[in-house]
Amino acid sequence: MSDREAVLAAVRAALGAAPAPSPAQSAYRRKGEMDAAAAQARFLERLADYDVHVEVLDDVQAIAPTVARRMAERETVTLAIPADLPRAWIPENARVLADDALPYPALDTRPSVLTGCALAIAETGTVVLDAGAAQGRRALTLLPDHHLCVVFARQVVETVPEALQNLKAAVDAGRPLTFFSGPSATADIEFDRVVGVHGPRALDILLVRD
Amino acid sequence: MTAETFPQRAHRSLRDSQLRRNLAKATSTIRTKTAKVSAELPDWEALRDAGQAIKRETLAELDRHLVALEESVTRAGGVVHWAADAAEARRIIVGLAKAHGAEQVIKIKSMTTDEVELNPALEAAGIRPFETDLADMIVQMAHEKPSHLLVPAIHKNRSEIGALFRDQMDRPDLSDQPGDLTRAARAYLRDKFIETPVAISGANFAVAETGSVVVVESEGNGRMCLTLPKVLISIMGIEKVLPEWEHLEVFLQLLPRASTGERMNPYTSIWTGTQAGERRAGDGPGEFHLVLLDNGRSKILADEAARATLHCIRCSRCLNVCPVYQRAGGHAYDSMYQGPIGAILTPQLKGLDAAGSLPFASSLCGACQEVCPVRIPIPDILVHLRGRVVREGHAGLGEGLAMKAAGTLFDHPALMALALSMGRAAQAPLARDGRIERLPPPLDGWSLGRDFPALPKESFRAWWKRRKASR
Amino acid sequence: MLVSLFITCFNDALFPQTGQAVVTVLERLGCEVAFPEAQSCCGQMHNNSGYQQEAVSLVRRFVEVFEDAEAIVAPATSCVAMIRGQYPRLARAAGDAKLERRVAALAPRVFEFTEFLTDRLGIEDVGAYYPHRVTYHSSCNSLRALALGDRPLRLLRAVRGLELVELAWAEECCGFGGTFAVKNAETSTAMLADKLRHVLDTGAEVCTAGDNSCLMHIGGGLSRQRTGVRAVHLAEILACTEQTAPAS
Ligand code: SF4
Repeated sequence: MSDREAVLAAVRAALGAAPAPSPAQSAYRRKGEMDAAAAQARFLERLADYDVHVEVLDDVQAIAPTVARRMAERETVTLAIPADLPRAWIPENARVLADDALPYPALDTRPSVLTGCALAIAETGTVVLDAGAAQGRRALTLLPDHHLCVVFARQVVETVPEALQNLKAAVDAGRPLTFFSGPSATADIEFDRVVGVHGPRALDILLVRD
Repeated sequence: MTAETFPQRAHRSLRDSQLRRNLAKATSTIRTKTAKVSAELPDWEALRDAGQAIKRETLAELDRHLVALEESVTRAGGVVHWAADAAEARRIIVGLAKAHGAEQVIKIKSMTTDEVELNPALEAAGIRPFETDLADMIVQMAHEKPSHLLVPAIHKNRSEIGALFRDQMDRPDLSDQPGDLTRAARAYLRDKFIETPVAISGANFAVAETGSVVVVESEGNGRMCLTLPKVLISIMGIEKVLPEWEHLEVFLQLLPRASTGERMNPYTSIWTGTQAGERRAGDGPGEFHLVLLDNGRSKILADEAARATLHCIRCSRCLNVCPVYQRAGGHAYDSMYQGPIGAILTPQLKGLDAAGSLPFASSLCGACQEVCPVRIPIPDILVHLRGRVVREGHAGLGEGLAMKAAGTLFDHPALMALALSMGRAAQAPLARDGRIERLPPPLDGWSLGRDFPALPKESFRAWWKRRKASR
Repeated sequence: MLVSLFITCFNDALFPQTGQAVVTVLERLGCEVAFPEAQSCCGQMHNNSGYQQEAVSLVRRFVEVFEDAEAIVAPATSCVAMIRGQYPRLARAAGDAKLERRVAALAPRVFEFTEFLTDRLGIEDVGAYYPHRVTYHSSCNSLRALALGDRPLRLLRAVRGLELVELAWAEECCGFGGTFAVKNAETSTAMLADKLRHVLDTGAEVCTAGDNSCLMHIGGGLSRQRTGVRAVHLAEILACTEQTAPAS
């Protein structure tokens, strides 16, 4: 008997002929109750609890200058981007590194990386990437040390269930998801929280109120 | 019974005051945080109910969900393997690593790989495993065992870790500051992430409906392992399957709040098969293997009174509130699963003959059940397992006779009265000022730090009789 | 009301004064108290030690003795928790459907002492006088299995002369745990050491609780360390009045 058959047979024998329990009615919130403005406010409030640099912008035009300023502040010169990033987001005189299946070491040279996102979750201060438009592949937002992520106000949902419901289509298409809530962190040494382990050590959220 | 029992191992750790301080500090910090962020959600209790119900319903039809998962993972380009036991799991994983000519592998979330003792098997095959989780790395470098589900190096403080890193990484310049130590770990692992072709991971959940696998983490080492290598091998216990995508809504809320006390952990990765479509070429491993591990889980499933053990999502909240864990420490459980969940899971996985002292390592205070995000009735399962230890003949003969004798006394009040009067006579040489400082064996353990009250002259029963007669 | 007292084996043999205090309080409040002499032990020690078969015969005895009682009161949180929480499972595990039904019918009439006073009699001020500084240890069973909440505290607050001081880390187990206290004596006493420290920090003269098993453990530690702090069951405090209290 193969291990597959052995495991399944053992499981079936363990369960016997007992009927499956009827599904319980769940009472947790599958939808938020906040309006858009309240959800955005909550999102900002939650971000404040993480070590995230937040910029609130009035329109898309403000993205490029903000990126330029943040790069200057962090003293980075190269800007890595996914190949399909809107040109208007890119500061004029930035040295651009467009990710076209670049070898990993090329991304490991401390550039800043600029992307969009799939959506954001107000209640937890989380941003989700789903490998969709303006997001690129996972390595692009992992190896660089500074991630600038553009979130449009309309992309903010209130709760975790709403986020997962919205992400189902991407998953059905086989796309990977990355959730991040603040920069990487560890509390493995005496439960002291240290920010910045293996992922990007600095995270900027650019919330655009369009 | 094997050589050592819980009380014997606890004897060592209870003497380690450094360890007790580290544990007390860490667990009380985390307790406060988890309590705060779980109370913050208005529907926290409803989420716990939903988590419990989903787990119960899933287990009731586990075979069907596993087959569905196999199908969906395969459809998405992954390869599913089944391992009935630890040896088979080792054979599969070592075989895959060898087939790719790996000289080293990187690892993340290694509880299940610890359970199947994968690292020694890899080493025996000439493959060097690198743990990449900071705490796992510390434990691996120190040649120790993990002492906490979530913070495996909780028993070590910063100066111990500093000394270890200075030595093992050849970095005499390092201080004991957590920030410095963390930076050192980043530098040490960076090239390994980029160059190592094979990664091995555990999994928090896998969704049968979509074929997606979920890893929840903090440091980013998970993202590294799951994204950069050419080949990814993930191993999970068969109880980790979730039937539907929708179910993640519940667990991605329960897990971070119950484990690290965060509203959401820093990173969660969810991937579905491999980079099949050309749009995603170059995004993530080209080859994905999922190993489904039984290794005793189907036996737990068969014991209905203990089945809820398999609901566990390894959040470690029960450890953080457990007064026994807090004092005896994780190593007293001699397992990668410690604390209350370890006290029920380990004996069921390893056997009652090998780990039969664990179900007794609890005062049954119920703090674990009170906080468990999936409401596992740990105290009831502990009591059930104690019954099995006794029925299956792993308890001492003397204890059995004593319990039988006590049962007889309780069932015969006249005999009880006689026993009490004999006790009063026997205690005379021991009692002073109404207290007994040394009880005879097998009760002598009591006398450690506690006096025992001397038997009063008159039982309640006798008083009642006398009172009735005088009325 | 006729109250049937379930004294519990432990109190019967070791702490008769607790039972006497319960009788005093209930009679003062106008209840008639009966003590069915065929009663024995609730079976908790057997059940929790893995001797479930032996426990089942004690379940049967309990049901037979108390089946017709109007209200059953026990001054022991852990025994009441055993009856409510474990009896149904034991009856089921024994495959005795009839016993299961009898247990289900009886269990709602079993009360923990403070619960009986506050819920069934609706009384918080039982007319007690106790001029001492007191701290209250909430046993794990009163806290979790029985969810007694602040019932015991409400009773204590109504006692004249009593100064109630809050115990830090009150929800933490004292480390008794039945045979755990002997089988894992070192861990048990490590838990006790912290509990004693918190008790001593309150500066109380008396540590009270609703269960003499915790109190025997805590009191045993207080006695060993010659602290002079006494462990006293809550019923004994409620039984004291101006007439009976020793001059302080
Ligand atoms: S038993 Fe419950 S509390 Fe303990 S680790 Fe598992 S899920 Fe968490």
